[in-house]
Amino acid sequence: MAKPASTFGKNVELVGNWIDERTSFSSFWNKHLAQYYAPKNFNLWYFFGSLSLLVLVNQIVTGIFLTMHYKPDAELAFASIEFIMRDVEWGWLIRYMHSTGASLFFVVVYLHMLRALMYGSYQKPREIVWILGVTIYLVLMAESFMGYVLPWGQMSYWGAQVIISLFGAVPWIGDGLVEWIRGDYLIADATLNRFFALHVVALPLVLLMLVVLHLAALHEVGSNNPDGVEIKQNKDAAGRPRDGIPFHPYYTVKDIFGACFFLLIAAFIIFFWPEFGGYFLKPDNFVEANPLVTPDHIPPVWYFTPFYAILQAVPDKLMGVVLMGASVLILYLVPWLDRSPVKSIRYRSWMSKLALALFCVAFVRLGMLGLSQDSSTFELRLWTFIYFAFFILMPIWTSFEKTKSVPERVTY
Amino acid sequence: MSEKEPLDSVQEPTDQGRRRLLIGTTGVVGAVGVGFAAWPFLASLLPSERARIIGAPVEVFIGDLMPGHLLRVQWRGQTIGIMRRDQRMLDDLQRMEGLRDPDSSNADQQPEFAQNFHRSLRPEILVANIHCTHLGCVPQVIPEVGPQPFDANWRGGFFCPCHRSTFDLAGRVFRGVPAVLNLLVPPYRFIDDDNLIIGETPEGAA
Amino acid sequence: MSYRNLLAGVVLALAVAGPADAAKYADLDHAGSNIFDRASLQRGAAAFANYCMGCHSVKFMRYNRLVRDLGLTENEVEEFLIFGEQEITDYMLSAMSYEDGTDWLGKAPPDLSLTARARSADWIYTFLRSYYLTDEGWNNTVLENPSMPHVMWELQGIQRALKESYTDEFGETRTRLVGFELDRPGKMSVDEYDRLVRDITAFMEYIAEPARLQRERIGVWVMLFLALLTFLSYLLYQEYWRDIKK
Repeated sequence: MAKPASTFGKNVELVGNWIDERTSFSSFWNKHLAQYYAPKNFNLWYFFGSLSLLVLVNQIVTGIFLTMHYKPDAELAFASIEFIMRDVEWGWLIRYMHSTGASLFFVVVYLHMLRALMYGSYQKPREIVWILGVTIYLVLMAESFMGYVLPWGQMSYWGAQVIISLFGAVPWIGDGLVEWIRGDYLIADATLNRFFALHVVALPLVLLMLVVLHLAALHEVGSNNPDGVEIKQNKDAAGRPRDGIPFHPYYTVKDIFGACFFLLIAAFIIFFWPEFGGYFLKPDNFVEANPLVTPDHIPPVWYFTPFYAILQAVPDKLMGVVLMGASVLILYLVPWLDRSPVKSIRYRSWMSKLALALFCVAFVRLGMLGLSQDSSTFELRLWTFIYFAFFILMPIWTSFEKTKSVPERVTY
Repeated sequence: MSEKEPLDSVQEPTDQGRRRLLIGTTGVVGAVGVGFAAWPFLASLLPSERARIIGAPVEVFIGDLMPGHLLRVQWRGQTIGIMRRDQRMLDDLQRMEGLRDPDSSNADQQPEFAQNFHRSLRPEILVANIHCTHLGCVPQVIPEVGPQPFDANWRGGFFCPCHRSTFDLAGRVFRGVPAVLNLLVPPYRFIDDDNLIIGETPEGAA
Repeated sequence: MSYRNLLAGVVLALAVAGPADAAKYADLDHAGSNIFDRASLQRGAAAFANYCMGCHSVKFMRYNRLVRDLGLTENEVEEFLIFGEQEITDYMLSAMSYEDGTDWLGKAPPDLSLTARARSADWIYTFLRSYYLTDEGWNNTVLENPSMPHVMWELQGIQRALKESYTDEFGETRTRLVGFELDRPGKMSVDEYDRLVRDITAFMEYIAEPARLQRERIGVWVMLFLALLTFLSYLLYQEYWRDIKK
């Protein structure tokens, strides 16, 4: 804290002290920002955590304002979106910020997850951080799926039809379960109305709570870094890690720069390319939902297509759904599948590097196959196999590969 | 051993000038950006295009309005009363007593063109928002002169049954009633002798 | 740096795969329409009102927005674009009701508010130029057996299909359409007609998203502002990070 130079400054400090005697704001500030010591060697992969938070805030703020004009009613929903786009002042901007934000959310979250895989950020002692993160991802999927239904276009309707039907694969109770989720004998007003409630109230609350826990858990154990060195093992006399720097101001200014650059890209999409070639806003969703007309092709939004491809790779409905569920849930096991003594990919052998590269290619390729209608079954199965092999074989190669020696201190 | 000791990893510069300048510049530009970003959100709460069209000026035909009759028109959800006043009524208005604001000196209650004893563009035509300025009830119109249960010397005007506020036939409030403001005169203009538009100000007038 | 390798791998995978459904619209002509060309929008609006709005509505669009966005006066909109009893603040509804449309044409003409976004500008442009007359009546290469007749045939003239026969993979002889020939010229030359259709396409793109005019204009300023802010925040970041010891 700088010395207060004036009476004004003195008064501010007095008010600050008064508040502090009654709360723990300053200790909160110190614990999470001013005296939270983060490794000094973060690279660009470490932007995506704070960017996820930025997008979350964007989604909440724009979402609140959209809720003020949107009508969760099967008769009115589609027209109310066009009302927002045309008759509400700046409604088009708020809507595009929300729709673009949804896709960018997944962009930054996927890159954030890849960062964790690369540098072993899920390893001991950060298993809980990882588990909370995977849970956030799961809730985010539910949140975005329900949000996608709200505009009530053809893709909203038929996408919901396909996804909800997947629950019909559950043995014994499948049909009843599907009816219970829909609240009707078809996707209808009841479905839209409950998805609205879940999308704007229930899931955002869960998401926020999980994000708080994710950060609390992280700040308890401290951040990992590209070298995978535990900076807490080398502290100075005052108990502060020698390779750590205070998050504030050093990483706040760095993240502000990252945020500005990210906003520049986001603004370009929002103002010049909001449909993003049909990936962010699909052409078919500009046609109002019609239960009597099925579109020729119902691909999910791009961020779900890898899992959709895995579903298509299996010729059995139940097994397909099981495999698709497994493809996401297997992420929970990663901290225990990885047997490597080192965290970062920098100090692992070519095996880990090849495996992760193959996994990334498989994920992207599955995503592309999931978008298309007539992907070759062979290719679908090949990449599905590689996707799962990455996880299932992880204990083997991580046990056998020759790792390099990790330095004492981070490299900066 | 203390928290005040300098960190191993960080060497703060002695000259903070450039740093302060950059904090200031980035802070100001950032604050401007936040302001720009906030504007669309706040503006989205203004009446929408649809609301503005529904609240658009209303055209009213008054060619067959008889003296003493009140025509009620809805404009922006408010009941606007239009009344034709005869010479007797206008004479009465000029010598009305017991008014709180006889000269319409409260400029918020009418456009400038209605700051006169008849509170209107043309003396014989009254156009007023007839919601009582106390709590928004719609008063009864009693144009006849003669004793009333609430006033023995009634010279014609509006009587609000909710809390017994009274107004004269120019919408001016009497003393001693709960309402303290004259009835609101909306902007309006005449297209011709028989038609007027509520919601638009006459050209050249404020 | 391992992430470089990763990125390279991902980019390579994308490049090998190519766009998933590029072939779908490959046979559409490029519209070349420009919604920032005000004269084109005005011509398109007039043609749209004349040839389309007899049957099609634009239920999400109000006439008075045309005054603002197309630089027309209220009188011009009322005189040239509004038919029947409608007010300038009304939505652009066709004179034909949904029931009439179903009765007369078998299928009510679709609302055209969002067609340009649902189908693409190139689709509209190609569709309106691809009618041809057969012995059974009008047909179209973009939308086969359309319920809609060729309302602008007097302008374009009458096209007939040019066919060629070929042998398919099973050895059977089939015919396919390879182009059009102008059987009877219309009031317009081919270039004039193409320009008219391009204007209509531009207008339909505009009504599908009227805010786009505003959006792209504001976007330039937003980008410039954010570029400045990014630059300043970069300097600030560099300034602070000089503190960090190697």
